[in-house]
Amino acid sequence: MKSERQYIELYNEASSLIKQKSCPVMNSVRDAAFAVFEEKGFPSRKVERYKYTDVDAAFAPNYGISLGALELKPSKYIFSFKDSPIDLTPYYNKVADGSDALTALNTALAHEGLLIYVPKNERPSDPIKIDHFLRGTSATMMNRRVLIILEQGAEAIVIMNDRRISPAITEVEENGQQSHPDDTSSLTGREGVGRFLTTQVIEVVTKDNSHLDLYEIEETTPLCSRFSNVYIREGRDCSVKHNSITLYNGQTRNLCDVYLEGENSEVTLNGCAIGSGSQRIDNNTLIDHKAPNCQSNELYKYVVDDSSVGAFAGKILVEKGAQKTASQETNANLCASSQARMFTQPMLEIYADDVKCNHGSTVGVMDESALFYMRQRGIPEDDARTLLKNAFMGQVIDQISLEALRQLLYVKVEKRFRGELDKCEDCQLCK
Amino acid sequence: MSEQNEFVRSVADKKYEFGFTTDVQTEIIEKGLNEEVIRIISAKKGEPDWLLQFRLDAYRYWLTQAEPKWGHLRMPEIDYQAISYYADPTAKKDGPKSADDIDPELMKTFDKLGIPLEERLALSGMAVDAVMDSVSVKTTFKEKLSEKGIIFCSISEAVREYPDLVRKYLGSVVPPKDNYFAALNSAVFSDGSFVYIPKNTRCPMELSTYFRINARNTGQFERTLIVCDEGSYVSYLEGCTAPMRDENQLHAAIVEIVVMDNAEVKYSTVQNWYPGDAEGKGGVLNLVTKRGDLRGVNSKLSWTQVETGSAITWKYPSCVLRGDNSQAEFYSVAVTNNYQQADTGTKMIHIGRNTRSTIISKGISAGKSENSYRGLVRVAPTADGARNYSSCDSLLLGSECGAHTFPYMDVRNNTATIEHEATTSKINEDQLMYCNQRGISTEEAVGLIVNGYAKDVINKLPMEFAVEAQKLLSVSLEGTVG
Repeated sequence: MKSERQYIELYNEASSLIKQKSCPVMNSVRDAAFAVFEEKGFPSRKVERYKYTDVDAAFAPNYGISLGALELKPSKYIFSFKDSPIDLTPYYNKVADGSDALTALNTALAHEGLLIYVPKNERPSDPIKIDHFLRGTSATMMNRRVLIILEQGAEAIVIMNDRRISPAITEVEENGQQSHPDDTSSLTGREGVGRFLTTQVIEVVTKDNSHLDLYEIEETTPLCSRFSNVYIREGRDCSVKHNSITLYNGQTRNLCDVYLEGENSEVTLNGCAIGSGSQRIDNNTLIDHKAPNCQSNELYKYVVDDSSVGAFAGKILVEKGAQKTASQETNANLCASSQARMFTQPMLEIYADDVKCNHGSTVGVMDESALFYMRQRGIPEDDARTLLKNAFMGQVIDQISLEALRQLLYVKVEKRFRGELDKCEDCQLCK
Repeated sequence: MSEQNEFVRSVADKKYEFGFTTDVQTEIIEKGLNEEVIRIISAKKGEPDWLLQFRLDAYRYWLTQAEPKWGHLRMPEIDYQAISYYADPTAKKDGPKSADDIDPELMKTFDKLGIPLEERLALSGMAVDAVMDSVSVKTTFKEKLSEKGIIFCSISEAVREYPDLVRKYLGSVVPPKDNYFAALNSAVFSDGSFVYIPKNTRCPMELSTYFRINARNTGQFERTLIVCDEGSYVSYLEGCTAPMRDENQLHAAIVEIVVMDNAEVKYSTVQNWYPGDAEGKGGVLNLVTKRGDLRGVNSKLSWTQVETGSAITWKYPSCVLRGDNSQAEFYSVAVTNNYQQADTGTKMIHIGRNTRSTIISKGISAGKSENSYRGLVRVAPTADGARNYSSCDSLLLGSECGAHTFPYMDVRNNTATIEHEATTSKINEDQLMYCNQRGISTEEAVGLIVNGYAKDVINKLPMEFAVEAQKLLSVSLEGTVG
């Protein structure tokens, strides 16, 4: 399979249109990025970091490219790249790893970018919330590009939410069929309806003594594929918390690279992934300790049910000279059905001696004695299982520092386990 | 303590104790690898046609493959045509060989290595198969073992004497097409040991093979096959050394173990190939495929390895847990110093129900070395109730070395419980301080702490090896503190 062909053709056809809609900073690296993609093609499963995701197959369907404009509420801190208050050249595609084929593809195709810029010593009073809605009647590909820059001493809370919207329902009703948009079987013959592919590159720069709390919450549909690459570069005395919550999806591949470049910085990666049906969730993280005296904490938890597949690969790299590094990585997984499959691969690569690095990883089953205990006390088995899963995932949600969001996520996670979350909010059929 | 330290110092001054060469007339075939060479090796060993075909098939497959590059290693370019694939130090004359025929130089060599080839040294209670370069020099206690029906001989001899057994099991655990080096070995393998333990027999002594590379510009491609039939038990030890040479020498072995119902095999290795000098020049490239197949129910296999030698160690002694209720264990201590590199670990493939595996790995890196643990735990959908516990610890001595952990877990069964934990740290300052306060020098204290750290694994070794391994550990780490 050679899916890259169609993207190469797409680019050759549409690049002038994309360039026209885009801005100079993006256009300046576009052709170079495309050349990288053209040379590399989609990473095969033999590439270590893409071992668990068949990228080629995910990109194989014929997607139309979305060139819609960003709809932004005017804000002091949020801009489109075109209206950027600062020169983005030193940042754009410099924070990211340009040699990654998916990042290169995104760089080549993205026509608009979203900038979150917090000037020196400022702190937005409210969290910055970005909602991504997927809407369209044909198979659509979105290429999102986000740049988050925190100047010295700045602080911010950013929430990005991949939301479901059910436009396909209108389409279905027009055709007189009564079926749910998530039900792929009803879409035979009308391939691509409500099918979305998102590539996303988020570049984060936190300058000395700044603090960022970043949330990525995905609640889409089984027809959505998401390929997200997040790159974070931290200066001195920074702290970044990245929370990746995959509640409901089709195929998700999240890559998160953190480079600790200044001393005394800290990073926390929190991950929650819940899979059922035939969903696939693949998280691949790298924490690169380049400077001494930094700390990293990583906690990822998965619950995989039905025939879903979960994959976690996390590497902690301690470079030469990064002494006094303290690093803790934990990955705990629950296989809830006999068809579910879990891959886990926590890695340590250490080139400095005065460090303390741990990782732990488990794959397990639900505690039968706890289930028995609850059933003895009159709790139905299904409820008991939900309770246990909830408690298991609770550990990740507990880490969320934004109170209101934490409460909301407790509810959402529970709904998810009860099978209620996949019912869409405004959907007639789901009620 | 001081006595042990004296020993350490004296040995460390010599750096690598076993670095001498033996001046013995050795028949070495022309360098290079082609079908003709394989035919020559096969003819020299008087092999049947099926084995020649087995070799040629493997060779043809090998030609189609490229050397793997995925290890966390800086591999020197190996020129497969610059190696001689057969070196026979015993070939001084034709005709049948008896014990008296062995060149006294050879006997002296093994004596020097501390390997008892004389049966008068029966006190050691160990049967030894001594392999130098491509040929098995001598196997002791053969008669005594054969009384019990145990077969312990070199693999070439086994091919002649027990062709049916060899044909049945050879390549059944590690197929010739398993990987690049397995294909190479299958094509050119020379000597190694063959062990067959008949039903319901407990092998009365430790079986041991001692490998020695002597000749220049040769590679060693040994092949070991151990079959432990129903209800039997055997403990097998493997030791190895090589002379100090400036060029890298290739060692690509295959070890296959078959464990039947209710049988138990314990395989211990103390690997002490020449690690290269302090500048990283020379040393043995140890690229080995070792695998055990736990075919029977309630079978048990235990790998214990102490890896202190070799410039590059790249091996994963693995277990395929096919039989229900089978158990596998892997205990490893890998020490790297100077420019040594190790990428080692294990694979536990759970297929049978209620299978259990334990992995304990201890890495110690010093100098400018790189030490990686890489392991796979796979649970097949059929492996209900599978259980795995893995623990990998790395100890860093020095700021220029690297310690890495790459565990892979692939779970396809919801009744399996898999646990993995790993830590990497340097020697605890508090512990050092405590020892210093009590008048123990830093160097001694490090020795103490390292030995304590590796104890979990050393304790699993048979007595004789445990003592040797402990000394080896101290020697390998000499001069790393300062």
